[in-house]
Amino acid sequence: MQVLYFAWVRERIGVPREEIETSAATVNDLVAELRAREERYDAAFADTSALRVALDQELAEFDAPLSGVREVAFFPPMTGG
Amino acid sequence: MIRVQAEAFDAGAELNAFSNTAAGAGAIVSFTGVVRDVTGGLSGMEIEHYEGMTEKALTAIRADAMQRWALADALVIHRFGRLEVGEVIMMVATASKHRKDAFEAAEFLMDYLKSRAPFWKKEITSDGADWVASKDEDEDALSRW
Repeated sequence: MQVLYFAWVRERIGVPREEIETSAATVNDLVAELRAREERYDAAFADTSALRVALDQELAEFDAPLSGVREVAFFPPMTGG
Repeated sequence: MIRVQAEAFDAGAELNAFSNTAAGAGAIVSFTGVVRDVTGGLSGMEIEHYEGMTEKALTAIRADAMQRWALADALVIHRFGRLEVGEVIMMVATASKHRKDAFEAAEFLMDYLKSRAPFWKKEITSDGADWVASKDEDEDALSRW
């Protein structure tokens, strides 16, 4: 699936998007997988209460299932307006 | 209508065009957000957004406003990219028969696009650049709707 990062999450991980092969069942599982990969992911996902997630461009919860999802995006709380 | 764009726009001209097409609306309310240097030393702002989701989120928020209030029309324009101090970031405008609907809907649109539309602001100063932190009060503002 495509995984996208925005704002300081993108800066900390170092790429705006990447294709990730995963069998993670939920967003939390995917986060755990990423954190185990490299220090930069571990740092970015250290506190998920400071993050938001969108599945196929709709806001979701971290315990949401990933089955059928093509695009996951992680970002800090939004600051529009 | 919703628009997401990098280009600068003339909020006055947009408001006039909106007023002219909102036939029969006796009340037009608008809000314009401008880059301001509150603490001193701000040279500009960089606004990042999630292309695709931004348009979807703004369309959904506008549709929600149109359903909750008796509006003839609603307009949302939001910029992204580099903006200098004094430049217009975004505007909302609402048109209705009576002012209460237009005022409330404009506030609703602002509250929602502040914390539910995928934009992130980075303030650029002479010391460097920092992401703007979200405020609890912005999240709390949603609970009144």
